[in-house]
Amino acid sequence: MDTESAFAEEFIELKTVVIRFAGDSGDGMQTIGERFTDSSAAFGNDLATFPDFPAEIRAPAGTIPGVSAFQIQIGSTEVLTAGDVPDALVAMNPAALAVHLSDLEEGGMLIVNSAAFTPENLKMAEYTSNPLEDEAVTGKYELIQVDINHFTLESLADSELTKKDKLRCKNFFALGFVYWIYSRPIETTIDFIREKWSRRSPALADANIKVLKAGYYFGETTETSRNRYMVAKADVESGLYRKISGNEALVLGLIVGSKKANRKLLYSGYPITPASSILEMLASYKRLGVKTVQAEDEIAAIGIALGASFAGNLGITGTSGPGMCLKAEFIGLATAIELPLVILNIQRGGPSTGLPTKTEQSDLLQAVYGRHSDASIPVIAANSPSDCFETAIEAIRIALTYSTPIIVLSDLYLANGAEPWKIPSIDSFDAINVPYAEEGQPYRSFNRNKDTLARTQAIPGQKGLEHRVGGLEKDEEGSVSYDPSNHEEMTKLRADKIKLIAESLPPTKILGEDSGKVLVVGWGGTYGSITASVNSLQAEGFSVSSVHLRHLNPLPKDLKEIMQQFEKILVPELNMGQLNVLLRSQLLIDTIPFNKVQGQPFKVKELTKIIHDLLHD
Amino acid sequence: MAIETLEEDSLTKKDFVTPNDVRWCPGCGDYAILNSLQRTLPELDIPKENFVVVSGIGCSSRFPYYMNTYGFHTIHGRAPTVATGVKVANPDLSVWMITGDGDGLSIGGNHLMHTLRRNVDINILLFNNRVYGLTKGQYSPTSPLGTRTKTTPAGSIDNPLNPILFALGAEATFIARTIDTNPKHMIKIFKAAQAHKGVSFVEIFQNCVIFNDKTWDPVYGRQNRDDNLLFLEAGEPMVYGKEEKKGIIWNGSQPEITPLGDSSPKDKHILVHSPENAGALYTAMLAEMTYPEFPTPVGVLRRVEKPTYDSQIHDQVEQAMSSEPANTSLQDLINGANTWTV
Repeated sequence: MDTESAFAEEFIELKTVVIRFAGDSGDGMQTIGERFTDSSAAFGNDLATFPDFPAEIRAPAGTIPGVSAFQIQIGSTEVLTAGDVPDALVAMNPAALAVHLSDLEEGGMLIVNSAAFTPENLKMAEYTSNPLEDEAVTGKYELIQVDINHFTLESLADSELTKKDKLRCKNFFALGFVYWIYSRPIETTIDFIREKWSRRSPALADANIKVLKAGYYFGETTETSRNRYMVAKADVESGLYRKISGNEALVLGLIVGSKKANRKLLYSGYPITPASSILEMLASYKRLGVKTVQAEDEIAAIGIALGASFAGNLGITGTSGPGMCLKAEFIGLATAIELPLVILNIQRGGPSTGLPTKTEQSDLLQAVYGRHSDASIPVIAANSPSDCFETAIEAIRIALTYSTPIIVLSDLYLANGAEPWKIPSIDSFDAINVPYAEEGQPYRSFNRNKDTLARTQAIPGQKGLEHRVGGLEKDEEGSVSYDPSNHEEMTKLRADKIKLIAESLPPTKILGEDSGKVLVVGWGGTYGSITASVNSLQAEGFSVSSVHLRHLNPLPKDLKEIMQQFEKILVPELNMGQLNVLLRSQLLIDTIPFNKVQGQPFKVKELTKIIHDLLHD
Repeated sequence: MAIETLEEDSLTKKDFVTPNDVRWCPGCGDYAILNSLQRTLPELDIPKENFVVVSGIGCSSRFPYYMNTYGFHTIHGRAPTVATGVKVANPDLSVWMITGDGDGLSIGGNHLMHTLRRNVDINILLFNNRVYGLTKGQYSPTSPLGTRTKTTPAGSIDNPLNPILFALGAEATFIARTIDTNPKHMIKIFKAAQAHKGVSFVEIFQNCVIFNDKTWDPVYGRQNRDDNLLFLEAGEPMVYGKEEKKGIIWNGSQPEITPLGDSSPKDKHILVHSPENAGALYTAMLAEMTYPEFPTPVGVLRRVEKPTYDSQIHDQVEQAMSSEPANTSLQDLINGANTWTV
């Protein structure tokens, strides 16, 4: 927590603050985290969020596996991550405390719902004694015990709701209290509650608003001697902003990209964490002509998308790692017939079901190489929640321009995380003009564009352009061919076409000097942590720069030369070293991997330490 | 959507023949099916460019290469998914899906089931030869119990699947059966399949001359067909038989064969075929009537009206597009409801 001089008489001004809400998965921690995010965004802070929830929808209440958490960092300066460790931890029950207390640093603020610390709950959290009576806890942290249950019921004494329903409002008491401590406006949340519940249950809406206010006033009336904090509006580029999560940004990018390309969008998916919300959101955009299909499985989802592409729509499918395995055969077919197809992989911890609600970036080599035969296809990755927007448009550009399937890698951290987004002008994106074959001309289905090597698509309904595509090898005419030299020629052409994509890429951006001691090369969702770390080291005068890759296949043409200007190359990844393998094998440059596979993002501190160590070796 | 009427010269069979050499084994039943479909399409009043033939993998699935239409030879078992994508993308197209007993009922059983229950308006032709041909003679999901093949040297122990019951289980809205030895019947059934709004499932008894030759001869062989095939016609009594006319009656709990003698079918209470909006029990009865206990029925077994999947997707999209304010710009879309200015 960066402290500045007193902001006003009663406020201590902070540059950034990290708050973690933790409770049972039925306690509504994601809800209040989201509300805190909205209020802070509306207030004008920069921010980043990290929802961290269990794979079980409702693990037994009060148990350790049932703990759900939401972390947010807000700042008056640029915020690139949700923060390494919380400055304040809200623990709604003993299990939440047990899971998260070790992350709280000495002196950190600890707000607990004392009502939840019953012998039964303590036992479920595997405590043998009450930690709130333990000097190791009470002496180490700024402990604030509040009987949230009591105050929630008290404030709803007049309500007709049942006791059980009343207690379900208690998360808003905690939120109200935190709003008071961090001097946040509560109006955004009141509006949200009204909008969400007023129609369905006015009594519930009123109750939540009452409890939210009660939490706020509780601070004002009983905690008057306590320090209050203030994080001022962020000094960011002027413009129009909104809050956006990675999956929201992907959806908007796909819609905008399809409009820019003048193709109808058909998205076909099968529910899987953390990609399901893409299908859900797109299904709600029918008014924009978007068609969605919830397929019977992952294979059908990509087959339907490919069939749609064949018929002249822009076929898109999305999934997470295990689903990619099921789609692999179809990706091979799409590669052989060279049709545009966008495949989203929102990565999570694996292999197999692995850690379905935790983040990881371990599907890179699968994306680049994971097919039978020589079947190179482009792979690109998003680096922040809002960056998913441009990534989606870039995917559509490549898929159509090069008549190819393309894999877009995002991850759970980006998908669920949110940040403010300076909304770009739609007009700033170029149209994607990829015409179909012309009627009246002879059509050779594998006749290629000289510049891109892409074949030109003719679609059913176009007169006189009838032709057959399929998995069997074809010659340039589009006829089945078992000719040995034709197969080699076609294999090379398919590979060359993908390599040519690199010609269309802008120069790689370097954060910092273009030569020096250490270059950090990253990709995907680690952008925030790496950038925050490199920024801070540069500010201290260290010779470190970073490059964050959007294009993983093909790699940018200038990457090798950039890397050669540095003494050491560090490749931090949330996997066992997959980009590291790619860089070494394709560029023949020695690189130093730094890997973490705990289902959690990098902490800025751990990256800073490893870079620091390299600088001093 | 209206299907355009042809302004130009009418299409003929040869418009649907590709220059590619057909590479099925000489004597394969597939030739007759190909020929019948090539004779059917010109008679449908649909522009040639609006036909799409989609297939999976297997001998039958080479079909699109021999049809001079838009065609897509996909991967094993997955043709129903691609065909669904094509039809949903453009409901104006006439989509014909070609599959076999292995492709459609084994590796692709799941997709076939879901495509049938969704009622996607496509025509599915399932060539049933009760054997794997392209992989050289292993038993298939429709091979009878005890079938001896390279992978079942002691006889198969898998209970075979009845394709008609399978389609009925998924509540397919159009279910028919035809035979590769009767082009006239095939063409009639293909036309009926195209005329049906909704998914049309057609099982075709097809002979594999190499690995399962004469598998259907007990049913449709020259010597047997009069007594072992029952040609169903809507509104017509279920009568058959060469020497002695026989008919099917309902005995109160199941169908039964009864000789007609000199009586009229009506007097004998012979069942009258009524496929229109038939209940599942009726179609199940027909599906279970198979040789040797019964004559095997061919024809349209079931035809039910239900909204199609593809038209409903389009209706929902069109409704949303017309009911929402038309001035929602892309910029408004990405701005969303909650913005702030810095």
